[in-house]
Amino acid sequence: MSTRLAKGGRLIDSTKPLDFTFNGKRLKGYEGDSLASALLANDQMMVGRSFKYHRPRGIVASGAEEPNALVNLGTGGKFEPNQRVTTQELFDGLTATSQNHWPSLEFDIGAVNQLFARFLPAGFYYKMFIHPRPFWKHIYEPFIRQSAGLGKAPTEKDADTYEHFYFYCDVAVIGGGIAGLAAALEAGRSGARVLVMEQEAHWGGRAVVDGVMIDGEPAEQWIDNTLAELDAMENVTLRERMMGAGVYDHGYVLGYERLTDHDPKLAGPRHRLWRIRTKQIVTATGAIERPLSFAGNDIPGVMLAAAMRDYLVNYGVSVGDRTVVVTNNDDAYRTALALVDAGLVVPAIIDARPQGGGELMEEAIARGIRVEKGRGIAKVKGRARVTGVAICAQEGEGAVLAEIDCDAVAMSGGWSPVVHLWSHCGGKLNWDADQAMFRPDATRAPTGDKGQPFVITAGTANGHLYSAEVLVDGYTAGRTAAQAAGFTPAATEAAVGEDASQAPLLPIWLMPQGAGHALKSKAWLDFQNDVKVSDIQLAAREGYESVEHAKRYTTIGMATDQGKLSNINGLAILSQALDEAIPNVGTTTFRPPYTPISMGSIGGAARDELFQPIRKTPIQGWHDENGAVYEPVGQWRRPYTFTRGGESKHDAVKREILNTRNNVGLLDASTLGKIIVKGPDAGKFLDMLYTNMMSNLPVGKCRYGLMCSENGFLMDDGVVARIDEETWLCHTTTGGADRIHGWMEDWLQCEWWDWKVYTANVTEQYAQIAVVGPKGRQLLEKLGGMDVSKETLPFMQWADGVLGGFNARVYRISFSGELSYEIAVPASQGRAFWDALWSAGQEFGVMPYGTEGLHVMRAEKGFIMIGDETDGTVIPQDLNLGWAISKKKEDYLGKRAQERSHMADPNRWKLVGLETLDGSVLPDGSYAIAQGKNANGQRNTQGRVTSTYYSPTLGRGIAMGLVHNGPDRMGEVIEFNTTNGGTIKAKIVDPVFYDKEGAKQNV
Amino acid sequence: MLTLQCPYCGVDAEETELQGGGEAHLKRFGPGSNDDDFEGYLFLRENQKGIHFERWRHAYGCGKWFLAARHTNTLEVFGTYPAQSTEPPQHIKDAISAKLPGWKWGNFS
Repeated sequence: MSTRLAKGGRLIDSTKPLDFTFNGKRLKGYEGDSLASALLANDQMMVGRSFKYHRPRGIVASGAEEPNALVNLGTGGKFEPNQRVTTQELFDGLTATSQNHWPSLEFDIGAVNQLFARFLPAGFYYKMFIHPRPFWKHIYEPFIRQSAGLGKAPTEKDADTYEHFYFYCDVAVIGGGIAGLAAALEAGRSGARVLVMEQEAHWGGRAVVDGVMIDGEPAEQWIDNTLAELDAMENVTLRERMMGAGVYDHGYVLGYERLTDHDPKLAGPRHRLWRIRTKQIVTATGAIERPLSFAGNDIPGVMLAAAMRDYLVNYGVSVGDRTVVVTNNDDAYRTALALVDAGLVVPAIIDARPQGGGELMEEAIARGIRVEKGRGIAKVKGRARVTGVAICAQEGEGAVLAEIDCDAVAMSGGWSPVVHLWSHCGGKLNWDADQAMFRPDATRAPTGDKGQPFVITAGTANGHLYSAEVLVDGYTAGRTAAQAAGFTPAATEAAVGEDASQAPLLPIWLMPQGAGHALKSKAWLDFQNDVKVSDIQLAAREGYESVEHAKRYTTIGMATDQGKLSNINGLAILSQALDEAIPNVGTTTFRPPYTPISMGSIGGAARDELFQPIRKTPIQGWHDENGAVYEPVGQWRRPYTFTRGGESKHDAVKREILNTRNNVGLLDASTLGKIIVKGPDAGKFLDMLYTNMMSNLPVGKCRYGLMCSENGFLMDDGVVARIDEETWLCHTTTGGADRIHGWMEDWLQCEWWDWKVYTANVTEQYAQIAVVGPKGRQLLEKLGGMDVSKETLPFMQWADGVLGGFNARVYRISFSGELSYEIAVPASQGRAFWDALWSAGQEFGVMPYGTEGLHVMRAEKGFIMIGDETDGTVIPQDLNLGWAISKKKEDYLGKRAQERSHMADPNRWKLVGLETLDGSVLPDGSYAIAQGKNANGQRNTQGRVTSTYYSPTLGRGIAMGLVHNGPDRMGEVIEFNTTNGGTIKAKIVDPVFYDKEGAKQNV
Repeated sequence: MLTLQCPYCGVDAEETELQGGGEAHLKRFGPGSNDDDFEGYLFLRENQKGIHFERWRHAYGCGKWFLAARHTNTLEVFGTYPAQSTEPPQHIKDAISAKLPGWKWGNFS
């Protein structure tokens, strides 16, 4: 069993006990514990079940690479699934529950999958779920949905807050082990601005646990001294609990800082995403120990040798009383020695190398530990916990030579440098056959904007396994980075490390090398996704020769740990099966983030009302006070309608329309885009932008215009007013102002840069109010000031003047078909002007109206709306707007495209009005059905509804739509589909339903 | 997350300040052009692993459009220059030639 030892544990404070629960059980740990060490101290070795076969799984690692021990943490708004117990620090009151089992961790129904393991081989999903087709919906899909996913999704809104942080530096050091610290020291001493990040809560990496000596003293001393020196430098920022998550183009780095995960009682954001721009990056990210592939290597109690050492030295936790060590390198001997030092039993060290190891082996033998050279583990015995191992010859097929009782196995298959951050932005790797590892190739580093290398790797991440080399490498990396960032390194020397010498490692990819199918199908590569040696070999036999294909076929390395333990072992098995050298097969792509980061941190503060800025007109305060129901229009919120008392929205819209048609209505039109185009060539420019002629518009007049993309499609519309000889004011749609202004600038800067034209987007400089309805003129006359009579200011003209004491620009334009004045005043006067109109209008029955009333009234008049009648495939000709397309102009944007055969095709769907025979409202987006079916067995169509409303003015449903040859089919009745499967008959009519002659607006 | 220097205001702009505008140095074909020319103008684009000339707007800065010569694989930027250019400046062409001898892109080499 695993337990807490009476002595030891350099990171824990045994005077400060903490309470926590696992699956409801109350357990005790100490301050300084990780959740993993606290669980092990309580003999909770088994913490979850595997994804596919539901095999019992225990903690296998001690850091971010942990594949098995994923738990649900917290409850309610603090619930989060798939959290690694190895990277979670213990705090008082922590609650964790295990995942992927039913009904309980100890007894799990899904474990029967193991019995069918041979029916669930690589590519199982692809092979099994294809045929027969009808099985998919009722059998296969429910089965997959039942078993898919590890943790459960949270059900409540995240109660925590998150933030982004921007940071600029000269050198960013990722990794706070001795290599990273040595690099930071040199970069810091040069005067460069340095950021150092360490993903764990402690600095120094593995050096302390491994007993490294630096400058003649234990590593801890050098680490403390170095941290103190760095801390004192104003140009150096140290951050623990911060992972370098990703390296991106041109020196961009994401840092993921976990601020309160270790103590949720702390105030402030939970995670902080650092968006770092740096000149140089040093990746001192260490290495990850590899498992060995032998049968039963996933049984709880089998652990990485260095992890076992970590639990012992850092937390005073013994994983087992009798631990067999199995290795192909010298490092695992350190674990054996540490265990014996702690008074625990190591019955044997199984060393796959025929010659065994070096100095450390001699020491182990001298301490009386039995060393079995050239041997391997044939299989691990036990189900939910290791009970023993069977030993065999590594060179054989697994014939058992002896059995050893034990309750833990420490395994080491060598070390894989963490090359992820080096690789994210294109750093290349070399295969080091001697050490059996991929190492960064310093001559092929990621390059920046000047073609310069911007990532330097250092220490164990660079393939150095001796602390003496690690310290020199870190020192050199720090100096090189400082120099590349434009600083001069100080005259200092590297710290000196001392290590036991080591015998060479022997690459072992399968144990024993001749293992047959029975053993191989129990030799796990990817613990989290349940991929075995036999699966990779099957994939190779079935032709998956590319490592990227084999990965997706077997799912190796595709779990939340992204194959940190499994990728190199899987790759080696694949290359053997293909009879190719490992570097020829290559690695899969390393993609950021290094370990999963929270969605909350990616969002940062951008949630709820801060998700995007909301633009407000000067009159919005009035709307808020008067029952406005808003709808989003671009980044604006516009009143949809203004409800009164208990009135429904529908009734409010109806009331607003009837009042506007009979009395007078007010519309806040401030959101409409207003762009000034000015200059000697402004007329020529607008002639290119609009389909119709704008250069000949007389000063003082207004003209409706259309804008098309170069593809010919209608993209915006609005009224243009000629202000003076050189100045035009272009109205755009509410959502289009910024886009159209950008469009104008694009053409002026990039195509016609010799034209003398200036543009200015003055949308927010004016408040604009539409005074609409037969009593509108009386209202303005009551306010008093400028002459607004038909004679002085007729339809489609504008004039500057004073109204009720306000400087105003009044446009006689109408989007409703009524007598209408759109009046622009300076934005700062908007609310006061609205209030003045409101007071003066009371005797005329004035009411505000919203966007829905605006939409209905424009539809009653057959006016198109960008985004309803257009969708990026509609040209003006489709909308019978040929009258707004100049025949005289040689060119305008979109003209050439509209000459293409498909655009000129007489068989296009064209705009018509639609009247249901029964007066009902056609469903939005409904299609007009035609005879026959298309190749996919769907009904053919001959048109679609683009706008559909209940018209209070006419007391019936009205609609506009695009119909095949529509304008030639007036009076014809066609059928539209509905959502309940039936159809509605509608007659094709003129789209102008109200006041066809335009008599009402021209008064 | 590229950084590009805006040739107008001189700022080393982050990609988040910029708006991409696709291929640079397109020649516009309008009414009267033949279908092939128009198709090329509207739809056909260079797509090399290597040098690329592209349009960027310093949208959250000075608002100016400019052009950049960038390596699509190594992300090296050989230079940025004003949008009011009918071809890349010679010093940028030389910088490209130093890294990519014999390069060709559209009508430029």
